[in-house]
Amino acid sequence: MDAREQAINNNVPLLSEVVQKSGEKIQNCYQCQKCSAGCPLNFAMDILPNQVFRHLQYGHRDKVLSSKTIWLCASCYTCSTRCPNSIDIAKVMDTLRSISARSGAVSGEKNISMFHKFFLTLTKYTGRTWEPGFSLYELKSGGLGGFMGWGMKAFFKGRLGLFPTFKGGKEFRRLFNEPKGGAR
Amino acid sequence: MKEFSYFPGCSLHGTSKEFDESIRGVLNQLSIKIHELEDWTCCGATSAHCLDETLAVEMPARNLAIAEKSSRDLLVPCASCYSRFKGAEYEVKEHGKKVSFPYKGNVPIRFAMDYLCDKPVVEEVKKKMVKPLSGLKAVCYYGCLPVRPPKLTGIKDYENPMHMDRLLKQLGVEPIQWSYKTDCCGASLMFTRMDVFKQLIGKILVKAKETGADCVVAGCSMCQMNLDTRQEDVEKDLGKKLDIPVLYYTELMGLAMGHRDAGKWFKRHFKNPIPMLSAKGLM
Repeated sequence: MDAREQAINNNVPLLSEVVQKSGEKIQNCYQCQKCSAGCPLNFAMDILPNQVFRHLQYGHRDKVLSSKTIWLCASCYTCSTRCPNSIDIAKVMDTLRSISARSGAVSGEKNISMFHKFFLTLTKYTGRTWEPGFSLYELKSGGLGGFMGWGMKAFFKGRLGLFPTFKGGKEFRRLFNEPKGGAR
Repeated sequence: MKEFSYFPGCSLHGTSKEFDESIRGVLNQLSIKIHELEDWTCCGATSAHCLDETLAVEMPARNLAIAEKSSRDLLVPCASCYSRFKGAEYEVKEHGKKVSFPYKGNVPIRFAMDYLCDKPVVEEVKKKMVKPLSGLKAVCYYGCLPVRPPKLTGIKDYENPMHMDRLLKQLGVEPIQWSYKTDCCGASLMFTRMDVFKQLIGKILVKAKETGADCVVAGCSMCQMNLDTRQEDVEKDLGKKLDIPVLYYTELMGLAMGHRDAGKWFKRHFKNPIPMLSAKGLM
């Protein structure tokens, strides 16, 4: 570890945590804004991807971990593909979401973070994604109306199996119980 | 006879059933045999990599370990599963990540779109073609994960891919060039932020319509589901009909090779393509 990295570790704990967990060199971002210009979700975000990186460099914990941006990112990898410093920005967003969810930070997009937690809880028991089970999530988030008609139509088109297929067994479920949060 | 292990993924057993049916149909016509992995489980999809870096590798690794027991390549039609598999392979091979399954990173992972658009297969399709799809105009919609990130997919022309366009041309279709081939459809935002999601698919559908194409051809189950099954919601917002069917490339391959179940696949679509195809004398 050189002097610069040591200084970052001491002064900006969030930045060093994200660098360590994602393996990406966030310090290399020089704010060219190419990520934000090409982001298909930029219109809905509260801070743009390049701003996430600036806030990270300054260690603004709440600003980043409670942003809408980290949850709205759809992992399309347009930014990662175009970054002139080869930073895998979408991967950094993954790291930020997992830190945000585990640290108990207030989620900037409660329905999205809840959806992902719900998806994993459901899949832990079913082994394979059980699509009708999503109606339980819709019930929780209050959006059931829009989903029911769609689900019925999909069912009549033969595009929705009604019953879950329990696969994987104990060996699969065990994956969900292990301690989380290790670096790669 | 060419043989593959096959990982359909959850969508292909559910909302993308016609993708599974058409790909099985086409492979059968091409005398390619597939063996579905036994007791496969979810690849982790978007949610695992969003919340948990360990699960994001372990969930695909479980399936890859099953695939590695045989010497066959693994054929994966779903773009999301493919991306998670390649991501896990990358972590294990490039970063030496330890997983709790006997997976060594040795099984070749083949994306169905790449394989079926590859020259040898296309040549074979041309030989078996009974009805060229002439008069049909289409825009190819590749989506995100079939091409990005290139360090995982190995696709060179990721900003303007052409492989599906080339396949369609060989089927007799006229592929129209447009700028939205690899734009994002919003993926799981369909469940969580319908307002944002509709803006994303709305732009893609309106631009597809503007090109004068008869249909959109997709290679990703999530993209097809979003553009097809949620098109009506976009139409409500726009106050006008778009009525642009969204087909899988495998359905058009099957149709051109005269597969007798093609009509059955098309009936599963929310935007039924049969009237348009009949009007062109293709069905």
